[in-house]
Amino acid sequence: MTGLSESLWLALFLGVGFGFFLERAGLGSSVKLAAQFYLTDLAVFKVMFTAIVTALVGLAALSALGVVDLARIELPRTFVLPQLVGGLVFGVGFVVGGYCPGTGCVGMVSGRLDAMVVVAGMLAGSFVFAEAYPLLATFYQATPLGPVTLPELVGIPGWAGTLAVVALAGGGFALAERIERRHVLPSPGCQEAP
Amino acid sequence: MIVRKPYANPYAAGVALGLVLLTAFAVMGHGIGASGAIASTVAAGVEAAAPAHADANAYFRNWTSGGRNPLDSWIVFEVLGIFAGAFISAALAGRLSRTVERGPRALTRERMLWGFGGGVLMGFASRLARGCTSGQALTGGALLSVGSWVFMLAIFAAGYAVAPLVRRQWT
Repeated sequence: MTGLSESLWLALFLGVGFGFFLERAGLGSSVKLAAQFYLTDLAVFKVMFTAIVTALVGLAALSALGVVDLARIELPRTFVLPQLVGGLVFGVGFVVGGYCPGTGCVGMVSGRLDAMVVVAGMLAGSFVFAEAYPLLATFYQATPLGPVTLPELVGIPGWAGTLAVVALAGGGFALAERIERRHVLPSPGCQEAP
Repeated sequence: MIVRKPYANPYAAGVALGLVLLTAFAVMGHGIGASGAIASTVAAGVEAAAPAHADANAYFRNWTSGGRNPLDSWIVFEVLGIFAGAFISAALAGRLSRTVERGPRALTRERMLWGFGGGVLMGFASRLARGCTSGQALTGGALLSVGSWVFMLAIFAAGYAVAPLVRRQWT
């Protein structure tokens, strides 16, 4: 047995941070996750878009400082139709199941038995995909655009795309706060004494 | 009695997660993921139970070709890290509890059946889309990948469209 390579240790360490802060945010709770779709608790949107904006702006800053070479970061390849259909099926699964894969792992380890069942379903669903792959291979490879970004697709500079997403997120956060305030009802746990 | 601490401010937690993701970009050269480890586990299971079957399958070969062990990959270790980090956070906050989370009107058995079904859909969909909310929506979202944004917007669209039909599970 050789020891773990440096990159595996690194992945383990980053995973610890990822799991820790997902749990801190409350995203190990299916009821809280599902509340996103009933507009009663928009933590999913807020956490996700704050993380996206932080990494996006951070990358731009590190790149400007010459610390990170953006060209060396692996950009996922785009396949429009399979990712559109995949997103639609995933969205149905998310609101029905209540966890996504990462948050399912968080829920599982904090004792949520429903999360264990959801993750078991994910194992089964991945198995079904692999078994059906001969039938799906053509669609899986359909409509390839390669590794392409939104600013490249629209034909604007990268920094303009970054600013647009930051502005979109800012507007989204303001809207999310307004929507949540509308839904605030006194719950037994946080009622003030009369 | 264990006192459950309240959850962190979502924006603060989001910044922390964003910094984890940024670190991954800077030092690993790629983002983070989750569903890939689930697929690796399935590939390893099939490889162990029926090696000839796994080798004959064009999709499993992505994980097993050249005698590789599907579990010997960064994403598997990252997900092991997720387990550890989430456990530490839940333990520190007094949030470790053996429960079935469900809406006030949902039955436990119902919740488990729907949960499994939802999991099957997400397991399948994450393979079709080449990633999930972590590897596509979060990672690809921060890189402004076209396919990742298509995937993310489709999740929200379908989630909101179907939510009224499963309201009994959650509210």
